[in-house]
Amino acid sequence: MDLTWSDAEEAFRSDAREWLTANVPKGLPSGDTREGFAVHREWEQLLFANGWAVVSWPKEYGGRGSTLWEWLIFEEEYYRAGGPQRVTQNGIFLLAPSIFSFGTRAQQDAILPRMAAAEDLWCQGWSEPNAGSDLAAVACRGRRVEGGWVINGQKTWTTRGAFCTHIFAIVRTDPESDRHRGLTYLLIPLDTPGVTVRGFGRLDGDEGFAEVFFEDAFVADDAIDGGVVLGGEGKGWSVAMATAGSERGLTLRSPGRFTATASRLIALYRHRLSAGEPLIRARIIRAWMEAEAYQLYTLATVTKLADGREAGAESSINKIWWSELDVKLHEIAIDMLGVDGSVEGPWSKGWQFSLSGPIYAGTNEIQRNIAAERLLGLPRK
Amino acid sequence: MRFAFTDDQLAFRDAVKSLFDAECGPAVVRASWESESGLNPGLWEKLGDMGVLGILAPEVMGGLGLSFIDLILILEEAGYAGLPDPIVEHVAVALPLLVELRADDRIVADAIAGREVVGVSGFDMSPYVLQANVCRTLIARTSDGTSIVESPGANTERLETIDRSVRMFRVSGLRSSQESPTGAVGPAESAGLASAAFNRGALGTAAVLVGAARRCLDLTVGYISQREQFGVPVGSFQGLKHQMATALMQLEFARPAVYRAAQSITSNESTVDRDVSMAKAMASDAARLVARTSLQAHGAIGYTVEYDLHLWFKRIFTLAPMWGDSAWHTDRVGVALGI
Repeated sequence: MDLTWSDAEEAFRSDAREWLTANVPKGLPSGDTREGFAVHREWEQLLFANGWAVVSWPKEYGGRGSTLWEWLIFEEEYYRAGGPQRVTQNGIFLLAPSIFSFGTRAQQDAILPRMAAAEDLWCQGWSEPNAGSDLAAVACRGRRVEGGWVINGQKTWTTRGAFCTHIFAIVRTDPESDRHRGLTYLLIPLDTPGVTVRGFGRLDGDEGFAEVFFEDAFVADDAIDGGVVLGGEGKGWSVAMATAGSERGLTLRSPGRFTATASRLIALYRHRLSAGEPLIRARIIRAWMEAEAYQLYTLATVTKLADGREAGAESSINKIWWSELDVKLHEIAIDMLGVDGSVEGPWSKGWQFSLSGPIYAGTNEIQRNIAAERLLGLPRK
Repeated sequence: MRFAFTDDQLAFRDAVKSLFDAECGPAVVRASWESESGLNPGLWEKLGDMGVLGILAPEVMGGLGLSFIDLILILEEAGYAGLPDPIVEHVAVALPLLVELRADDRIVADAIAGREVVGVSGFDMSPYVLQANVCRTLIARTSDGTSIVESPGANTERLETIDRSVRMFRVSGLRSSQESPTGAVGPAESAGLASAAFNRGALGTAAVLVGAARRCLDLTVGYISQREQFGVPVGSFQGLKHQMATALMQLEFARPAVYRAAQSITSNESTVDRDVSMAKAMASDAARLVARTSLQAHGAIGYTVEYDLHLWFKRIFTLAPMWGDSAWHTDRVGVALGI
């Protein structure tokens, strides 16, 4: 056991800290509005231009070839410096790991550099009106025709879909199939004729959601260099499950975000309730411990990955933990703010956003089923 | 950075676990409820033979000279097995103190070999002495300092504990009985020793709690996977699955806090008080949740003394407040955070 950072890692940290301290923008508008998204995109492009957009990727794709450890350090520094949540995250944290695992070299070359540079912006086309937690109920159809695919159907609750350029979608390409079989993972430009995107308000009122309609939309095989199918026709479920592992696991939710929020919560407590408020204080300490425990759990997971082992079904309890922690951290802040907690502001905004955590990426009820069955071995039926 | 145990540490853990599997089954735990001394002399000496009891003692004194990181996994297995003997107090608290207090070589040798149980008295949040009936040596902390006291048995009174295998004694009149202490330090030096000893007791107990909770989960998974009602195993119902998943999660996130604190003790980090307290608070809370969930999931059979669950259930509720309860440790984390 060695819980210290090497000299090289400390040097990496101070480089990251120095650049972030000088460059992290303060007071950006929400990235879930059209105007705000454009500003966030500029920030993403500045990150890319300075080599900080995707530190763990190979240099040829815009990264620094950093280790997972360095990635963790970067994330910690990013959120400590007050960096905003990444509007590119569904591309760089969800799609990209699947492109690295399942994409051809040509697909990697075509997709990854443009994604890193925030030139192409990817959204996730999984949920449908009748396929939420039950993802295998996907009904959006893809018909094979000469030179491409014809898509019909609807996706919804697509985060930032109204502002993105591309969608990665799970589509039923075998009309005879049901459930997990006959699905294909397709990479689709949103400017394809026959695709209509309509943004709508999330809980906080921002246009952060979209529904995406496909009406005889023809997606040519070469709409993306290297092809629009990821991982092979009919292999959509297994590619999707790998993506889901990233979504629930560590790549989407680095501990730095929560430890930074916990620190801000402590600062808020000192500022608002310096006379002490024992019930609030106890909740803050508890939440701080849970953020710290998440950090430690992540260190153990990264050690496992560094040893060449897989994180596996543990991603289910990981997802429950960070999502419930995020709600808890923000709820305490809202409670501390009293009536001010219902005035628009960073904490009330963050609180509303945190409430999505237990719902997306597979609801926490689904995650508890997975944990009970795959980690504890309880009977499915 | 590497947050994992070495192959050697895991192999030692596995060897001790094999010993517990063979010699400390539920029947042994049960028997200790009723036995005269409460001690398992054969098992205690075998732990001595394996080096477990002297794991923290220097090699020149016959110990293994290993660290709290090596010990933590073994304490977890002791919790899993339900070992009734006071392993935390003897191994984690007393033995390093014997060395620090320059105890007589014979006492150290006997403690390492398992020829005796060393008790500790007067430490923070520890009003009672475990198994004082068999302790020939006691490390006593008073306002005058900390000293080694021999044969203190005369002034002990056993308490009726819920977990009868954890024998608590009220020990009184120690000052008058310490006529010729073999090792002693005054109040100033005593405070430093006592605070480190307290952290070792708290963290050791946290590790035992993690292991005991793991045993509760295993018992429960086994039972609810085969127990059928309404024609299906009750473990297939989401009402139980979700509670079990929550219990598992709380335990799995307390565990790395316990392991990290072992590192903090070993390298004497400036954050050691905070880290130990976080570990003890989280382990106590997680273990109690697991125990409560396990009791509920079992239904009526868990609410009996004939079924084994109660052995671990009661152990958890007995250990959770020892060496500082969750509220006390949570407060200490807050103090470390400056709030």
